[in-house]
Parts: sequence; structure tokens; C-alpha cells
Amino acid sequence: MSGRQSKRVWRRYALLGLTSLLLAACSEQTLPLNSLDPKGPIAERIDGLFWPVFWIAVIVFFLVQGALLAAILIFRDRNVEGQKEPKQIHGNAVLEVVWTAIPTLILAGIAVPTISAVFDLADCPTGAFEVDIVGHQWWFEYSYPDYDITTANVLVIPTETEVCANMTSDDVLHNFWIPNLNGKRYLVPGSNTELRLNADEPGEYWGQCAEFCGLSHAKMRARVIALDQSDFDLWVEEQQEVPEPPAEGTPEWEGLQVFQQAGCTGCHVLAGVNEPSRQDVTVVAPNLTHFASRSVFAGATLPSGFDPTQEEREAALASWLADPPSIKPGSFMPDLGLTADQIDALIAYLESLE
Amino acid sequence: MATIAPQKIATVFRRPEATTGFWSWITTVDHKKIAVMYGYTAFGFFIVGGIEALLLRIQLAGPDGTFLTAAQYNGLFTTHAVTMIFLFVMPMASAFFNYLLPLMLGARDVAFPRMNAVSYWIFLFGGIFIYSSLFFATNPAPLGGNLPGGALDASPLGSIPNGGWFLYAPNSGTQFSPGTSIDYAALGLQILGIASLISAVNFIVTIFNMRTKGMRLLRMPVFVWMTLIVAFLLLFSLPIIAIALFMLTADRQFGSVFFVASSGGDPILWQNLFWLFGHPEVYILILPAMGMVSEVLPVFSRKPLFGYPAIVFAGGAIAFLGFGVWAHHMFSSDIPTVAQAAFGLSTMTIAIPTGIKIFNWIATIWGGRIRLKTPMLFSLGFVALFVIGGLSGVTHAIVPSDWQQTDTYYIVAHFHYVLFGGAVFGLFSGLYYWFPKLTGRMYNERLGQVHFGLMFLGTNLTFGPMHWLGLQGMVRRTWVYSADTGLGPWNMVVSIGAFIIALSIFVFMVNWTWSKRKGEIAPNDPWDARTLEWTIPSPTPEYNFGVEPTVTALDDFWHQKYDEDDEGRAVRRPEADELVDRLIEANGNPTTEIHLPAPSYFPIIAGFGMMLLAYGIIYHTRPWGIPLIVVGILMLISSLLGWGGEPLEEVHEEHLDGQGDSDHDPGSLDPNQESTPRELAGVED
Repeated sequence: MSGRQSKRVWRRYALLGLTSLLLAACSEQTLPLNSLDPKGPIAERIDGLFWPVFWIAVIVFFLVQGALLAAILIFRDRNVEGQKEPKQIHGNAVLEVVWTAIPTLILAGIAVPTISAVFDLADCPTGAFEVDIVGHQWWFEYSYPDYDITTANVLVIPTETEVCANMTSDDVLHNFWIPNLNGKRYLVPGSNTELRLNADEPGEYWGQCAEFCGLSHAKMRARVIALDQSDFDLWVEEQQEVPEPPAEGTPEWEGLQVFQQAGCTGCHVLAGVNEPSRQDVTVVAPNLTHFASRSVFAGATLPSGFDPTQEEREAALASWLADPPSIKPGSFMPDLGLTADQIDALIAYLESLE
Repeated sequence: MATIAPQKIATVFRRPEATTGFWSWITTVDHKKIAVMYGYTAFGFFIVGGIEALLLRIQLAGPDGTFLTAAQYNGLFTTHAVTMIFLFVMPMASAFFNYLLPLMLGARDVAFPRMNAVSYWIFLFGGIFIYSSLFFATNPAPLGGNLPGGALDASPLGSIPNGGWFLYAPNSGTQFSPGTSIDYAALGLQILGIASLISAVNFIVTIFNMRTKGMRLLRMPVFVWMTLIVAFLLLFSLPIIAIALFMLTADRQFGSVFFVASSGGDPILWQNLFWLFGHPEVYILILPAMGMVSEVLPVFSRKPLFGYPAIVFAGGAIAFLGFGVWAHHMFSSDIPTVAQAAFGLSTMTIAIPTGIKIFNWIATIWGGRIRLKTPMLFSLGFVALFVIGGLSGVTHAIVPSDWQQTDTYYIVAHFHYVLFGGAVFGLFSGLYYWFPKLTGRMYNERLGQVHFGLMFLGTNLTFGPMHWLGLQGMVRRTWVYSADTGLGPWNMVVSIGAFIIALSIFVFMVNWTWSKRKGEIAPNDPWDARTLEWTIPSPTPEYNFGVEPTVTALDDFWHQKYDEDDEGRAVRRPEADELVDRLIEANGNPTTEIHLPAPSYFPIIAGFGMMLLAYGIIYHTRPWGIPLIVVGILMLISSLLGWGGEPLEEVHEEHLDGQGDSDHDPGSLDPNQESTPRELAGVED
């Protein structure tokens, strides 16, 4: 094969590789964190602000890059003998005014809707549905002051309702972000911030802590589940129930024994099992009263996938219980040295906590 | 200490005499040698920061990467930023300032040559100090947390500072970062800040006092103007971060609670202080590159810079406005709505002077005779890529949009277009443009163009997809992302792009190393340039100008070579070639003895003392901590005193009566001139 041919072959492979990569990238992908896919009025308002600015930027981009490219192509030194030197132009006051004024006017045009949106979206409206969010290294705690419910990792809200999250942090800065529903907002220790959420449709919305919050920042994720008002009312009822203790001798009962003896109760609260005051717990950990009702755990990182089976869920839970710090480095839940039997029993118990 | 008379100290050591070899570099106060040391050190750190970036990109090439641990990843993204900002772009710009400022102004050196040396050594030891964390620092889990496998401390690579270059409180406090790695970052940045502050003062004094005859302020090259603006930015912004870092160090070392929320401290105060410094810092990084581009575009278009005063004033406006936009880094933070609106508006205004610059640059090349040599390619690349970074920057001013985009890869894309596509392309443009000046040889044009092509492709492949990755929800500073997010494919593209950039840098290194030794000998005035540094031989002689130049116009050198015809077209004067040769001949062969500032051992000792002091502060509870502080302070003070007692210029045997000249301004040591301080704004024409 001559060098020229091999070069051509190489090019073909390169092109093929690049094309397939592009195809893979552009193919139908589910993007659960897509900020350009608004699923509620607040996110839609922001989206409506983004696109006009984007298109203006695209126009400016093509004008400026076009002018740059045109200048390079038209005025390239063609190395012709006797080519005249360019005219020595030092500037033009009119042009300076023009290209100062035009961007100013464009920006002024953009500023008006921006400022009105800032004020419209800033504060929670009165009478909004209230939720408290507390950030912890590395999970979100949610409580409903009107219903006396405390949960974690999965925030359940009613659809078509203005939800006002009152947020603070227990340790470092965190940033709560559900891209489909709104922009993000900090959780600041010693201070309170507000974030509005509003979902049009029932569904599961993904989120992520957006501010670097230490070792396992990447594993601090969030999930919001929006339910119709009737489903939501049902959920509230369920959450308010105190679970029945399992019958003696069942696998669930074995799990409860492990839960009480392996040290879980030092941090986790489980209604009907322990009711410690906040000072008594070593570290504030997720309230597990209705663990089985939550689609995700371990900072909303497990189980992965959009519709995990019960087997996948239990496998994920087993891996988490076996060695939390390897899944979430820095984790405040230590490796408790649980045996396989203990883990099985705990899973049976936790999964019974609907 | 006070009993030791400074004069006495100067005689304790033998005066440094080496003019070549190792000791000549250690003791040099020559702005050109210092510039070369700045340049090579900065480039070394660029390679380190680049390798860190590649490691990060290997980790992120696919979802749920296992190449790095969380501690290693967090450390690497922190040091990547610290390295690229404080140890590469700033000192590399400083290399250019050092080398070019006296040459462009027609001076023999900077105003304070030894301060110049001390700022280099402090910078070097600051960089070494930060990276010594790799061996000495500790990084345990937050109090009460557990590391994988029950480890007490993160693995070796995980012991570098890992709180982000922004060191946000309270995560940077002792409760959440109990190891010493954050102290290395905080004190290291403090040291680097001192180095920058010293050189800022030096550059300001140099520009105001050392201009040659006729060099009015508005006849200075734009690069000098941008240097002046950057120096003022440093002067006003560095004290802010210095105070913030002192507060952080006090919190960590001495139990104060400025930022400790649980004791009533305010973490948002840190953010305000940090970004009040941090945003001007962005312009500190980009303005030098803008200055270089403003030199390169006219030369390779064979036209004067379009709207010189507009570009100068736009630079000043950017710097001024830069102090009023810091809160746009905090739009999702705990700041009031009115402040969000106000800072949104102020951020938009930045686009106006930036736009003025871009339009004037395009007008500069428009109608020119564009020679697409490597420096020009990089400058044009700068303009093209900077436009993208500028446009995405405007979207940050759309506050509600920023609520979505902040802390995502959209921001990473934006500032890499500005700082890599902008600042770094500008720096490479400068490196190629002034290569003949530095070495007396030409670089390899073909390799230069290959470098540009690869780097331009790599930059867009790396940072382009980050825009949509961010919009699709990829959050910054996460060491893994789930496959479910659908972010995998584009991350692979980004990682491939990063390696293409690395390849392009390799091509540059080959070109540089080869051309420095074997490149064609550079002709006099290789680019048909416009500024004073091309009126002297290449490489620059130690004394810069054999004859002190007098300028009568902006781009004086060009006007000596070119006349304009009736149409306004440039016409080369028939005597131009001869004039250039004669100028360079005269500048290379001074007829009178030229006194140069004397070399000194003390700057390196001062820099080393500063580093010992920092170690002492970190380990002040250990038995050897306080002694280390004392030794560091003693070294610092005694070297400053010793330096104060040194002669300003070397007194040679045959020239003993020259002692009376010691009130000479070291930069204007031309014996032809009575050393009259030059008028500030160039009274004479």
C-alpha cells in the first residue's frame, strides 16, 4: 500500500469514527437533568428568557465571525509582486460610536425582561405549599411543617401547586437544583434561602447538589416526585402512619433486631422504634420511617436506572449497607462490618417500611 | 538586628560576579533574565496543570469513572485551577511584562530591578510550597466521616489541596477540612499574592517614570497600556484576597470564627471577599493577552491599530467595571433580589467595552495585507474564540438563566473559551512573535502552524461540547456522573479534545527546543514591526539600548520606515533598510560605558525565608514550628537589610570614583544623559 493510499484509508477511518461518535451523541437520549426541558411554569419562564438571548447571540456570533473570516479571506497577503501596501487608517469616530451604541441598545433590550423576571421569580408567593429542606453532607433532608413528616432524598410535592422550599444547611454550602422545575439556590448554614418549585405534570424529576460541598459532592443527588393532589393526599396519610412492628420470628423482625443492635439507631430515626431528640443522635442521618416508599436512597444515588427492578434495588441496598464509605467517600455512615445474613435481614426489614 | 548597620552586611558576602552560568541566574536582576526564568517556570507549571487536566478528563471520559478517587479528583481540579491561574497565566504574563516593558519604553531595566528579582523568587517558592503539599499535607475525611477502606488519610495524590481554588467557607474550615492541605493552598496563595503585588508596584513605577524621551502616555504600545491596567488591578484587588486569606488562616490556625457558621460567622462574607478579588483577577488574566493581540494584529496586517485610544480606554473601562460585577458569581447564593438585578445590569455593561475591542481589532485587519504567520494565527484565533466566551458571558447577566447555568459545565465552557481560547492563545501568539527577539533565531513556521491547527481544533472539541453538557445538567466538580444522565458521549468527545490540545503543546515544545538552537538566524526586524524592541539586536543585549531612543509618534519605528502616499497607503522609504541596519548596529555597539544594576544574592534568600515562614505558620504547634517562623523572618529581614546596603551599581577597580553616581536611577544609566527624572506625561515632543 503506498503512503498516499494508507493516508486516505486512515482518513476514512477517522471520518467514520467521528461520524459514529456524533451519531451516538445526537441519538435519542434521555437527559433527566436537562435544563432546557422545563416541566413547570417557573422553569418555562426562565426557558423563555434563555432562547431569545441565545438567538441574538447566534446572530451576533455569525456577524462577528463572518466579518473576521471575510477580512482574512479578502485581505490575505497574496504575495504578488508590486502589491500595494494598505491604506493607513487610524480609526473612525463614527464607527466607534456605532459599535458602542448598538450593543448598548441590544443589552438594554435584554435587560428589561431579565429584571422583571428576576423580581417575578424571586420570592415565594403568599400561601404557597411549604417544605423545609436541610442540606447535609451528602444528602437532602425534607420536612413538611404542616404535616409533621420528615423524609430524605425524595421530595414529594403536589402538582400544579406553588411549592415554597425554605432551605438551610447543617454543615457546608449546598445548592439544590431540579433543572426541570427551576434554577438552583444555595443552602447556607446559619441562614435561610427560598426556592420555588412548581410541576405541571406528575412525574419524577432529577436533581443534583450543584455547589462543591466536600468529598462526595458528586454523590449528593436529589429526586422530586410530583403527584396529583389526590395521590399526594394519600402519600401524606401513609407517611403520617407509624409502621406496625414486624411479627416476632419473621425475617423483618430479624432485621429490626439488627437495626437496634448494630448501631443504626445512633443516627437514624425510625418512628415506633426510637424517638431520640436531636441532641441524642451522633450524626443527623435520614429518617427511615417510610424507607420503602422512596424510590432512591444513599443521597439519591441508588439504585441507578430509570425503572429499577426490586432485585436491582435490593442488590444496591446490600452494596450500600456492606460498605457505605466506598460508595460515598467521607460518608458519615461507617462500614459497620455487617455479615451477609445481617444485611439480608436489614433489607427485609427496611423494604417492609412502606 | 537593629544593631547591625546595613552597610556592614553588604560586605559580609562576596559580591556576586558571575555573568553566565548557574550563579548568574540566581543573582540576576536583569529584567530579561528574570523574564526568562518567569517564562520557563510558568511553562513548567503549565505542563503540570495540563497533566492534571488530562487526569481529570480520563476520569470523566465515561460515566462512573474509577480512574481517580474522590479525594484525588477534588485535589486535582483544585490544583489545576490554582496552577493555571496563579502559576501559569499570571507569571507567564509577568514574563512578557518583564521582558518587554523596558524594551517598549526605551529603558535599560525596570524601575526596581532587585524588587523584580525578589518577586520572581517569592513566586517560585510559593509554587513549590503549594506543590510540597503533595508530600507533606494531610487530607483526612471531615470530622466524623469515613474514608473508603477505613483509611485515615487520602492517598498520596489525594493530599493536595482539595477545597476548590475558591476555598469556599465553611468547607475550607477545620471541621470540614481537618487536614493541612487547605493551609498549603491558603498560605501559598498569600505568598503568590505578595509576589504579584511587588511586581505590580514595580511595573507602575516603571511605566510612569522610565519612558524614554517623547514616549508620552498615549504613544505607548497598547501592550504597555494593558500592563499598566493589569498592574493597577493587581494593586487594588490583591489586598482584598490577602485579607480574606489572613482571616481564613486565622480561622484555621488560631481559632477565630470569621467564616464558621456554627459560631455565628458568615460564609457568604468569604464569597463576597473572594469574588471582589476574583472577578478583577479574570481581567488580570485576559488583559495582557489583549495587549499582545493588539501588537500582533497591526504588524501582520501592515496597518496601524484601528482606534488606538478606544482600545486603551476600553481596557481601562473593563478594569474599572470589573470591580462592580463580582456578585454575578453568586446569583444563586444568599444575596438579595435587588442586588441580583443590579449586578445583572452591571455585568451586561462589561460587554460594551469588550465589544469595542473586538470591533476595533476586526477593523484593524480589515483592508490590511494580512500575513498568516503563526503569531497572527494565534491572535486571530484569540479573537474568534474570545467572541464565543464573550457571548456566553452575556448570558450570565441574564440572572434567571444563570440560576440554571451557574455551577454547571456551561460556566466551565465559558471561562475556558475566555482563558484558554483567549488568554492562552494570546500568550502563544506572543511567544511566537517575540521568539526571534528572545533567541535571535526564527521558530519553525510549519510546526507553528501545525501547533495552531491542532490547538484550535482541540480547544473547540474540548470546550465547545461543555456548553451543552452544562445545559443538560452536568454539574461542576463532580468526580463521577451517572450513566443515566445521558452525559457520557459528549464527555468522551471532550476528553479526546483535551488530548489533542496536549499533542499541540508537544508540537510547540519540539518547535521551541529545536528552533532555539538550530532555527534560522533571525533577520533584523523580522516582522517589519512598529515598536522599539525591534530597533535593537536580537537577542537583546544586556544593556538593551546602546543609544537611548527618542520617539516622536505612536509606532515611531514604523513611521521611520514608512511614508504615506496621497491615497494614504504606506510606502516604504528608500532608506528604510539601511536605517534599520544602522539603528540595530548602533544599539548593539554602545560607544560609552553603560552602568547596569548590580546582581544580588538577597532576593532568593528573601523568597526562601518567606516559604519557611509559611511552613512555620502551618506547623506552629509542633516544637520546630516557632523556630521555623523565627528563621524565616530573620532571613527575610536580614536579606532586606543586606540588600539595602548593596551598591546600586557595581564599583569596579578602574572606576572607583563612580561611587558618587549611586543616586543614579538604575534604569537611566546612560552616561550620555544627566539622570534627570523623565517628565510624567512626556512634555517634550
